[in-house]
Amino acid sequence: MSLLDIKDLHAGYGAMSILKGVNLSLEAGEIGVIVGPNGAGKSTTLKAIFGMLNITEGSIHFDGEDITGIGSEQLASHRISFVPQENNVFPTLSVHENLEMGAYIRRDDFSRVMDHVYEIFPPLKEKRHQPAGELSGGQRQMVAFGRALMIEPKLILLDEPTAGLSPMFMSQIFDRVIAINQTGVTVAMVEQNAKQALAIAHKGFVLAGGQNSYTDTGQNLLNNPDVAKSFLGG
Amino acid sequence: MNDLVFFLNKGITSGLIIGSIYALGAIGLTLIFGILRFAHFAHGDLMTLGAFVTLILAAALAALGVTLPLPLAFVVMFPAMAITAVLAIGLDKMFYKPLRQAGARPVVLVMASVGVTLMLQGVIRLFAGVRSRDMFVEAPKEIYRIPIPGATRNLVVTEPQILLMLFTVVAVIALHFFLTRARLGKAMRAVSDNPDLARITGINTEHVVWATWIIGGSLACAAGTMLSMDVTLKPDLSFNILLPIFAATIVGGIGQPYGAIAGGFLVGFCETLAVFNWSIVLRPFKDELWFDLPSNMSLVPTEYKLMVPFLILIIVLIYRPTGIFKGRVL
Repeated sequence: MSLLDIKDLHAGYGAMSILKGVNLSLEAGEIGVIVGPNGAGKSTTLKAIFGMLNITEGSIHFDGEDITGIGSEQLASHRISFVPQENNVFPTLSVHENLEMGAYIRRDDFSRVMDHVYEIFPPLKEKRHQPAGELSGGQRQMVAFGRALMIEPKLILLDEPTAGLSPMFMSQIFDRVIAINQTGVTVAMVEQNAKQALAIAHKGFVLAGGQNSYTDTGQNLLNNPDVAKSFLGG
Repeated sequence: MNDLVFFLNKGITSGLIIGSIYALGAIGLTLIFGILRFAHFAHGDLMTLGAFVTLILAAALAALGVTLPLPLAFVVMFPAMAITAVLAIGLDKMFYKPLRQAGARPVVLVMASVGVTLMLQGVIRLFAGVRSRDMFVEAPKEIYRIPIPGATRNLVVTEPQILLMLFTVVAVIALHFFLTRARLGKAMRAVSDNPDLARITGINTEHVVWATWIIGGSLACAAGTMLSMDVTLKPDLSFNILLPIFAATIVGGIGQPYGAIAGGFLVGFCETLAVFNWSIVLRPFKDELWFDLPSNMSLVPTEYKLMVPFLILIIVLIYRPTGIFKGRVL
């Protein structure tokens, strides 16, 4: 059974519907990448997972449980982490405190996870007493990733993690996504940089107009001439 | 030397006292703004309410014949702080929470808090009347006169003033440790920084809201009680203090507790030094001055004291709208 299973999801803000039948399923340990033109409903699909939208039809199952329409505050207790595209750190809290807040729902000893995060992102260890708001864009992204890892999530949702980063940082971020995935975390990621993202994806979902237009493995989508022509810029 | 002692008594001590009270009030206001995102106009009345709770408890104890080495009002202030905190949470549950859950915009909550102000004032007047009351129900307040060598004038401090300063120092240190060390304190800062992210992270926003009202309510009670102990308790105490507290909050940077403390003392000192009679301090130098020293030379007449926070507010909003500690912009 799939870890994340979204079936025929219709959702929107108020009366305005944006998603008109999205299907998405990920097995445990996979990287799933959602690509598509602007306004296709990529980020909206992620947000629909934690109740920021009105779901009118369809269902979301996670780990065998129906989580359709749960609130954002329940996300963490299902061991799902979300990294928003923007404003994804607590700017006046230090890097260390940001990570502590990531583990807020944990009452056990999480120092091992903290050490692990510092291991994956060495610059954070160096700057752990600095306010996160003073860091560079790439380092803030590391803080956001680190915070998301603190609950040892089963699923991590990334909303355009490379947006606004330089190409050098971009490939670093993708490397980190692969590294996180290799520790057993399932990743669902929305990306603008479709080619690079699909190259690391087990599964790709091309959305257009709030619906799936192509669903396949990342490699097959990259090789599909139709997808290439209409979505990947030739 | 006499003139210096006069300056210490009327300038420095008063500035410290009023500054402490403003700081205690402004901390609550700034925390409420940071976490609940609205300007809580009823904060002044929370202070009056807290002072009345203290007075009732003190009077009850005095009637039972209890005497303590410290003023009764100060001792019962601690249970009164707890009661006020509960009342503050009650007010939130009854008036602000339903609006929040309905997704009301901040301005609606501000208006609701103005309503709560009027309601609280009405309730207090209904039960307590309009006269001013002495917080020292059992014995008059003690006044310490400390002789200063080389001066005929004494340095004068009253017992409540000393208690107030001690209390403020302890409260500020305790708040600092709470916000930087405690899990809930850090969560409060996180919610103030980024409420959406805090929710996604699994921080229980409800607990954070409670903590905010507990700190805000109890410090408001302490400030109200101490102010009433320094002068007298009047039902309209809140109205005169609300503006300086808002000024302190904005000057310090909205949402910044340390800013609120700094802002409180800044506004307090500006106010007392503006109404201070400078001619007394200048008198020893009157021969060297190029002008005749008038008998009363204060920057602002006492009746217009309230003008000072207004002025500070306007200057800050024009030249540094984020305040000293870089808070939010209104």
